[in-house]
Amino acid sequence: MSKILEIKDLSVAYGGIQAVRGISFEVNEGEIVTLIGANGAGKSSTLRSIVGLVKPAGGSVLFQGKELRGLATENIVKNGITLVPEGRRVFVNLTVFENLRMGAYMRKDNLDADLDWVYSLFPRLKERSWQSAGTLSGGEQQMLAIARALMSKPKLIMMDEPSLGLAPLVVQGVFDIISEINRQGVTILLVEQNANMALKAADRGYVMETGRITMTGTGKELSENEEIRAAYLGKSKK
Amino acid sequence: MSKKKEIIINVALIGGLLLILFILERFLPATSMLFTVLKKGAIYALVAVSMNLLNGFTGLFSLGQAGFMLVGAYTYGVLTIPVAERANVYMYFDGGLIQFALHPIIAIILAGALAGVFAYLIGLPVLRLKSDYLAIATLGFAEIIRAIFQWDKLGPITNGSNLLRSYPSYKSVLFYFVASGICIALIVMMINSTYGRAFKAIRDDEVAAEAMGINLAHHKRIAFVVSSFFAGVSGALLAMYQTSVQAAMFKSAMTYEILLIVVIGGIGSITGSCISAFLFIILSEWLLRFLDTDTYIGSFHVPLLRSGFRKVVFAVIIMIIVLFFRQGIMGTKEFSISGIYHKITGKKKKEVKGGGADE
Repeated sequence: MSKILEIKDLSVAYGGIQAVRGISFEVNEGEIVTLIGANGAGKSSTLRSIVGLVKPAGGSVLFQGKELRGLATENIVKNGITLVPEGRRVFVNLTVFENLRMGAYMRKDNLDADLDWVYSLFPRLKERSWQSAGTLSGGEQQMLAIARALMSKPKLIMMDEPSLGLAPLVVQGVFDIISEINRQGVTILLVEQNANMALKAADRGYVMETGRITMTGTGKELSENEEIRAAYLGKSKK
Repeated sequence: MSKKKEIIINVALIGGLLLILFILERFLPATSMLFTVLKKGAIYALVAVSMNLLNGFTGLFSLGQAGFMLVGAYTYGVLTIPVAERANVYMYFDGGLIQFALHPIIAIILAGALAGVFAYLIGLPVLRLKSDYLAIATLGFAEIIRAIFQWDKLGPITNGSNLLRSYPSYKSVLFYFVASGICIALIVMMINSTYGRAFKAIRDDEVAAEAMGINLAHHKRIAFVVSSFFAGVSGALLAMYQTSVQAAMFKSAMTYEILLIVVIGGIGSITGSCISAFLFIILSEWLLRFLDTDTYIGSFHVPLLRSGFRKVVFAVIIMIIVLFFRQGIMGTKEFSISGIYHKITGKKKKEVKGGGADE
């Protein structure tokens, strides 16, 4: 397995506050990797700094061996990384179809094949293709946010809390889709509060606490770890 | 209805409108109030659409429109006054510095271009600001531009605070309709392009737009410069329509008028802006004029009607719109022939269905 993304000693600071304090991790091609942790652990900041929405204070972001730190977001997207931002953030006044086309904004080639692919993953979106995104339900909007990100034909898709604010049944649907996308060859880096679901879906996981990575292991190992069960899975130590 | 058919109908309608104007001009006196209102309406439609591009489609709340119109109006005036007239116009500045005159059409394009250049420079610092702060900054810049143009050290170019006049102008209402129509068509083309879609994406969600790889600064700057370009063109047309121009008239009240038109028409609707521009101008310049004049019926002095009362009525209209019709006339929808066609045919179908159920 080759490394697709390698983070070395990455740190992010907002003013004087250090949100991420020199973390290192890697994502291999074809994996689902998850970052779990409490609010304020620095998970979202990590993702945002990888795509250049926040400028990292230090460290390096290697994507397929290429340094991305310091590049503008548009160039990072061109390299094949895309972020599904936290809280869905679909373009509510654009139609579903227009949203999908926005996802492919950096592409100049023909989109038909990818539109078909995305519509086959999310048949519901095809039905609502001409509806404005604001009229979709929360779950549908999350699907649209993922579909939109897929339209850029990413090699690595990063998702920030895709289960946020969704009903349990819908969350299950989102994770099914994540697994399906992964099966079709897209590498996934997943940030989640819902550690239980995330660790079940992930090949490997990292635990973040106050800006540092404190633990790592396969999804199974982590979900069986006593401390993690106590801290994130809401199950008391036996 | 097919796309081709729709285009043919639209072209026919526009042609018909121009033909009607052409015939009217043959039969009505040139001083008719109708033409005055139509010319000003066409100009305001253009500047309202240009403001809508920024405020409605890109979500940048800017209040600099009057400033950019001023730049356009002055550029047009300064560059087209015939050389023979310059000594007369620039009487306090020894005939001024510029001793050539350009063709009006070239001057109009330059008017837009210079407004665009100003917008680019102003945009460098102010486009970093968001929402209300951007509005305040642009409003401030419009006021500063107005002050600078009145500065007597610049008199040899701008004629200080004195009038610019004697420049050539087209009298026909057709010219204003065609010029403004072409510009609005260009803006519509831009809104329907990938750029336009990116503008709307930025308006809906900046963070998501940036995550899609849209360069925010670049796109905002383009929207700002293009909008200001057309504000500049409309300023040139306004200068032409008024036959004389003075910096003092481009006050922030003018920007508010345009903002009012955009809000009444519907933020995010091009056709809404056009309809409400004509509506606003017809009302304020023509139909509601009587509000400003003392009126006697017999010996009875009608109360309230006096100079300035029109503004009061408009203020009330604004409040009613903001409170009860926040969407404006069109909301974000567009007026189109096919839309009406579908509405009519759709209704017919429903009626048929309803009839069937009754049986």
